[in-house]
Amino acid sequence: MTTITRETARGDLLRFALFAVLILAMPLWLAPLGAGYPDLMQKFAIYGLFAVGFNILFGLTGYLSFGHAAFLGVGSYTAVWSFKLLGMNPLPAIALAIVLAGAFAWVIGFVSLRRTGIYFAILTLAFAQMSYNLAYSVLTPITNGETGLRVLNSDPRVLDHMMGAGEVEGSLVSTLFGIEMNGLPGFYFCAVWLLIGMYVSFRLFRSPFGLMLMAIKSNQNRMNFTGINTRPYALTAFVISGMYAGLAGALLCVTDPLAGAERMQWTASGEVVLMTILGGAGTLLGPMLGAGIIKYSENIFSAFNEQTLHEIFGFLPDGVEGAVVSVASLFVGEGWHLTLGLLFMLIVIFLPGGVIEGGHRIQALLRRRGKGGGADQAHPQAAE
Amino acid sequence: MGILQVQNVNKSFGGLKALNNVNLDIEEGSVHAIIGPNGAGKSTLLNCFVGRLRPDTGTVKFNGRSLLGLSPHEINQVGVARVFQTPEIFSDLTLLENVMIPALAVRDGAFRINGWGRVDAQADIRERAEAMLADVGLADKLTDHSGNLSRGDKRRLELAMCLVQSPKLVLLDEPTAGMSRADTNNTIDLLARMSEQHGVTKIIIEHDMHVVFSLAKRITVFAQGHPIVEGTPEQIKGDPKVKEAYLGGAQV
Repeated sequence: MTTITRETARGDLLRFALFAVLILAMPLWLAPLGAGYPDLMQKFAIYGLFAVGFNILFGLTGYLSFGHAAFLGVGSYTAVWSFKLLGMNPLPAIALAIVLAGAFAWVIGFVSLRRTGIYFAILTLAFAQMSYNLAYSVLTPITNGETGLRVLNSDPRVLDHMMGAGEVEGSLVSTLFGIEMNGLPGFYFCAVWLLIGMYVSFRLFRSPFGLMLMAIKSNQNRMNFTGINTRPYALTAFVISGMYAGLAGALLCVTDPLAGAERMQWTASGEVVLMTILGGAGTLLGPMLGAGIIKYSENIFSAFNEQTLHEIFGFLPDGVEGAVVSVASLFVGEGWHLTLGLLFMLIVIFLPGGVIEGGHRIQALLRRRGKGGGADQAHPQAAE
Repeated sequence: MGILQVQNVNKSFGGLKALNNVNLDIEEGSVHAIIGPNGAGKSTLLNCFVGRLRPDTGTVKFNGRSLLGLSPHEINQVGVARVFQTPEIFSDLTLLENVMIPALAVRDGAFRINGWGRVDAQADIRERAEAMLADVGLADKLTDHSGNLSRGDKRRLELAMCLVQSPKLVLLDEPTAGMSRADTNNTIDLLARMSEQHGVTKIIIEHDMHVVFSLAKRITVFAQGHPIVEGTPEQIKGDPKVKEAYLGGAQV
């Protein structure tokens, strides 16, 4: 899987450049797939970033956190507060969100990393659910409870007023150098952050630090008897992934300045786990791919309703069509999570390494067919 | 004054006295075997050396410094390496990475974040790891996955991981347990060669008398948590107390 001493710096740079081109050209190649509109592409970039960060913890060290949505939420609330107090510029909001989410992650990680395996997962889940419930109850003055936190015209927005941009007609949106951060510019703003996050992840994966994290996953006992203090390594990975989550949370608010507590619910934590495993935990590109697949199918399947199903299965005889549609309708619209669950089960059972592993298998199969059994040719394209 | 000094160590688990007033002095540069029947307290003693267990009373000093209360990684950092009964390696990683990690632990200490440089750019570490792997006869498998190695090769790899740290003391817990005769003999040869080349002090815990008498310069026999005899292999072979410990005093 991860064999970093086999990768060259040049190969990595090439891979990253290819990735950058693919991301920046998303509006072009996603349009034929019916996903070329900005709101969805923003989601791809933001949740991709969330998953890439989560993968630094889960993919490298093997510590499965079930509470990363808490950091997403902290990032969101921080960003909206930055909008309210400082102004609609996204940069201070992002900086503050990363710092605060990182600090929050340090506290939770410090406590949770005293345990491993299932106990670690339960601890992180407990912390995240606590944060979620606090956001709804005690912390209502900060989070505005159920209504969600939004920016109002009456908010101080000190920097905006200093720049003479205090009075705004209509609803407030985040603006950078006069460009409103929604629509396509909003997507490109998120895409740039995704590329930065991805590049950092590339560097970490190939570094001695990354090697140490992989070794923790492989054999923590041997690490201790090798003179390595594993806990600060794991804590650093935890904080870094928390900062990625904070950044993703802030970007959600940059594109739509509203923060609600449901963002911190355990289902959101579970979603990022699904994305990472679906794409391929511990691989560089897998989590991004997983995030894309889940957000794309969410978009497709949740948009279906009985009407569209009748159109699709219209060619069937009437009685059969009715039956097929009534079964299929369970899996779309509100019930699209059922489809997601099925997909996830299939992946975990048949492709435990995620979509990336599937790609490698196909690649190996093609090579074998092309070469007629060139076993020595099977250079696994590791850690892609 | 030996490199490792054990004085008046006692350790009980509930009502069971696992170690009973153990005194031991390991001479620097020696190969010292600790033998004894099952349950004699050999592994308990080893675990007291590496920070896994804390003795109830007594002291364990390494080069005059107490090891008690230190965690396993701190004990490794002062120069004690350990080889396990079942080879403990990083089976998801390549052989080269397996040996680079302990070398990095020596260069960078117990914790240092180097998140920007590349692993393959650490030329000094890589060279040391490659030389070490060549030394144990695994030079042709540098980028293989270590999980696929044979038992004997895993043992070689684990030894390379220990020796690349240039430790002052290596603890070997039944290094040939579960191995075929051929693998056992290979491992004995390797250990003997390592002793000549690296001159590291070794403590070997072993059941297999063939291994013990091939390698050890000095032997301590344990019975019921207490060292009963210590001497050279020749002295041990003829000692009646050893026979009694192993055979329970039965007439053979």
